[in-house]
Amino acid sequence: MPADLPPLPDDATLLALLDAAALANGIPVDPAWRPEVLANFRAVANAARAFLPFPLEDESEPAPVFRA
Amino acid sequence: MSDPTGPDATAAGIAAAVAAGEVTAQAVTEAALARVAARNGLLNAFTDVLAARALATAGRVDARRAAGERPGPLAGVPFAVKNLFDIEGLPTRAGSLINRERAPAARDAALVRRLEAAGAVLLGGLNMGEYAYDFTGENAHDGPSRNPHDPSRMTGGSSGGSGGAVAAGMVPLALGSDTNGSIRVPAAFCGLFGLKPTYGRLSRAGSFPFVSSFDHLGPLGRSVDDLALAYDALQGEDPDDPAQAPRGAEPLRGLVEAGAEGLRIAVAGGHFARNGDPECFAAVARAVGALGAAATVEIPEAPRARAAAFVITAAEGAALHLDRLRERPADFDPATRDRLIAGTAIPAVWVMRAQRFRRWYRERVLALFEEVDVILAPATPCRAPALGQATIVMDGATLPLRPNIGVFTQPISFIGLPVCAVPVWVDEGLPLGVQVIAPPWREDLALRVARALERAGAAGCRAAP
Repeated sequence: MPADLPPLPDDATLLALLDAAALANGIPVDPAWRPEVLANFRAVANAARAFLPFPLEDESEPAPVFRA
Repeated sequence: MSDPTGPDATAAGIAAAVAAGEVTAQAVTEAALARVAARNGLLNAFTDVLAARALATAGRVDARRAAGERPGPLAGVPFAVKNLFDIEGLPTRAGSLINRERAPAARDAALVRRLEAAGAVLLGGLNMGEYAYDFTGENAHDGPSRNPHDPSRMTGGSSGGSGGAVAAGMVPLALGSDTNGSIRVPAAFCGLFGLKPTYGRLSRAGSFPFVSSFDHLGPLGRSVDDLALAYDALQGEDPDDPAQAPRGAEPLRGLVEAGAEGLRIAVAGGHFARNGDPECFAAVARAVGALGAAATVEIPEAPRARAAAFVITAAEGAALHLDRLRERPADFDPATRDRLIAGTAIPAVWVMRAQRFRRWYRERVLALFEEVDVILAPATPCRAPALGQATIVMDGATLPLRPNIGVFTQPISFIGLPVCAVPVWVDEGLPLGVQVIAPPWREDLALRVARALERAGAAGCRAAP
């Protein structure tokens, strides 16, 4: 099993990550949008934590062009 | 048969009547345009009505017949398309404000061309959730699509206008797109049949993308035969779509009457037997009763699959819209923008891990099809919510509505399986949907079971008031 993930960072830390990404990507984020952006990012982070701990073989490669 | 110029006419009925000379394509088109004019003010399904083009197309269909040529398997059938399909002469807005400043499309999308080559008549473009990042059919720029069965309710989305236009009887056929459920959800909320074919089956050329990993196109209609008729016309290889599989057309209209006898049909348990209102499971039970299916299968790790689809969607959508987010973030629908901005911060390792999990999940789910031919599951966790509704109660917990409408559809489109959503009515209230899920490339099995349910009276469409 992979090592346990650390707890989800607090809102201030997630906001710092979001602000840095917006700066790096050149996206002007109105302060009024930040609460919703944060809520959405937290939802994504929680979703990621549903599958990140799942053990996968190194050979589980994604297909370059997915074929059903 | 019903009047081919009436609101309940099927595509097959219209095409047969036009081919037999019982009615002209022009008369059918004029009647459909009149219904759009009468009902669209309330329902807001169409964003563009192309009356002159439609009448000209219908005139050509009639001229072909008059000259003794075959007018095509969809002769004179009016249809409309979600406004992310290119329509020559119109900017492809994809539900957005920003895109309507684009140059007009130079040619129709591949699937529009295929339907018109079969004799169908395009009436116009249909409302949708902005950039298809939506399960509700609401739109901040164009107003919400309204459910013909109750205009205070959502159509579902993002192909909301596609659901509304067909359920209201404006047109018998519409095209939509389905990335995480956007054909199956409006089919369920509006009481229609909807086909999401196998990933890579139909050409996406000339449609505005959302999430390349999951984007599918397909038809919505009021009968299984109409879906089969349209689907056969839509198939065929297209070098303009790099994600399309190298697979020729596999017509299936002649196969769907074979019925469900001999097919191994199971119901999805676990994740698909909780997380929804009781009537959603009553709809599945109705289908099970009609088919005599008894087995239950567990689709492994479906919640993780849904989570992985959620992350990939946010990341790929954000990457697609990065330049627009930089230049014009205030011009997005706020609900779309805030999710896309969040998506720009997702670490690449999360996305790649999600794609690797997808490989694992695909192999496990495909293994189930060694034991069963078709799997049934609910399409949505609830009936059509009220417009503006923001939360949903699932298993006692109050959750945001928007992402959770896709709780049952996302784990299936995640690996591109073909699904026919069938409309089921468990009482006098609003419709529900059941997903008929088949192995890759076996749309015929999904439609055979859908047709068996339709024939048994367990699935079908009802006229909107």
